[in-house]
Amino acid sequence: MGLTLMWLSLMILIPLAGLFVKTAELSLDQFIDIITSRRTLHALKISFGLSLAAAVVNLFAGLIIVWALVRYRFPGRRIFDAIVDIPFALPTAVAGIALTSLFAQKGWLGAPLAELGIKVAFTPLGIFLAMIFIGIPFVVRTVQPVLIDLDAELEEAAACLGASRWQTLTRVIIPSLTPAILTGFALAFARAVGEYGSVIFIAGNLPNVSEIAPLLIVIRLSEFRYADATAIAVIMLIVSFLIIFLLNRLQNWAQARALTAG
Amino acid sequence: MTVVTTTPIPRFEVAARQTAKSRRDVRSEPWLVRWLIIGFAVTFLTVFVVLPLMLVFSEAFAKGIGYYLQTLSDPEALAAIRLTLLTAAISVGLNLVFGVIAAWAIAKFEFRGKTFLVTLIDLPFSVSPVISGLVFVLLFGAQGFFGPWLASHGIQILFAVPAIVLATTFVTFPFVARELIPLMQEQGAQEEEAAISLGASGWQTFWRVTLPNIKWGLLYGVLLCNARAMGEFGAVSVVSGHIRGETNTMPLLVEILYNEYQMVAAFAIASLLAFLALVTLVVKTILESQIKEGRPPSDD
Repeated sequence: MGLTLMWLSLMILIPLAGLFVKTAELSLDQFIDIITSRRTLHALKISFGLSLAAAVVNLFAGLIIVWALVRYRFPGRRIFDAIVDIPFALPTAVAGIALTSLFAQKGWLGAPLAELGIKVAFTPLGIFLAMIFIGIPFVVRTVQPVLIDLDAELEEAAACLGASRWQTLTRVIIPSLTPAILTGFALAFARAVGEYGSVIFIAGNLPNVSEIAPLLIVIRLSEFRYADATAIAVIMLIVSFLIIFLLNRLQNWAQARALTAG
Repeated sequence: MTVVTTTPIPRFEVAARQTAKSRRDVRSEPWLVRWLIIGFAVTFLTVFVVLPLMLVFSEAFAKGIGYYLQTLSDPEALAAIRLTLLTAAISVGLNLVFGVIAAWAIAKFEFRGKTFLVTLIDLPFSVSPVISGLVFVLLFGAQGFFGPWLASHGIQILFAVPAIVLATTFVTFPFVARELIPLMQEQGAQEEEAAISLGASGWQTFWRVTLPNIKWGLLYGVLLCNARAMGEFGAVSVVSGHIRGETNTMPLLVEILYNEYQMVAAFAIASLLAFLALVTLVVKTILESQIKEGRPPSDD
């Protein structure tokens, strides 16, 4: 027992406390200067904005994929079910170089897209695609068990009472899935915000254009500007926790609503 | 227990399938919608998952298998493989021991601050790997809290193997404990209490009662922990210092080779890591079915 606490505090508490102690060494003005500099603000905007957008895409795409995997039978279903976990299991650096080569101008998908005039690699669009890639397992895997366990009788009752399939879907099925969907959304979002390996290769990393916040932390560290790096890290942590906290509240509300509706 | 419960399951399934067939019209969509949904799912997963994976292997073997083997036997590549294996062995070992202890404490005892402890265990999952690396730079770097003391005693942690191991351990901390906590909570403490009251020592109880009960869950946690430990990039990249042949793990070497436009070499190392990921997924699927079998079926 005491050993657990000691190990936990050695491994987790002390390092994280260090982060905040280091930030406290800065004066408030210095701190504000760092986080409101053009480059920092832009990196934060890229990281949080694109992560949010990618999580929204994952929410809808994940829902459709879960539906196909759980409700329908088609050839290769079990294989597709298994490979949903690949983005989670594949080391991020490997995913990064694979996605970059795939979407590079001469890549398998990059070449046809380039003919259409769409440039993916080394642009914010590339960052966005990499974030979709790493987020997809989170939505699928949190919603899947709930959809499997969903009571068939609810849907039948709705149909018997004269609801159309669309009404059943939006009034009965989606509300029961909402808490799980929100959890998956939050997980995908959190992962995308902090993601480094699979994003930096495809990003191009141009300051003020396609530079993500974690990369800016790494750059500041390599310049030995530890205070800058720490300040950006603390802002990232605080904003992430706030968003996750809000999503938790939303999830509780959805759960309560699903219960009273059911 | 398993013998009693496995026999009726096939019958239930047959019944369920029969009713499912008769229900199909109400619980399904028109065929056009169905095919659109399946088409979307398959296309999405192919573009985002299958193609990148295929690309890794096709690029790795672009210059033939001879060249592939030659890149992998390069001294730098061998050093990276060795360091990755060493790091994974230590981190997984540490997290195995402390994961079991932490899960044991949380699942079998009641104490204040338990929720806080659980949140703490999950923390490394919700923190960017770069930030995980950063905290170790702040602790052990030249301007860090312990930096000056370590320097005066001639101990090198940052930009050396110890920091790589520490950062990896930090990032992979949650896997084992997270997997075991729900499993141990579900099993309760009765079997252990029975063993103790029959005169078994604490140690005997652990080896003979607790461990056999959690072995599949434990393996599952170790498997995921190992996959992440070998593949960790962000955190390790921050603390490693990128000294060639010394502090480069496999993912770091992938980055260096890729940035030097040595594509085939980069993808050759990457293919090893991708292969590891595939093996992990296969073993994971097998373990999941084992865990399902070991668990009593739920009431519904």
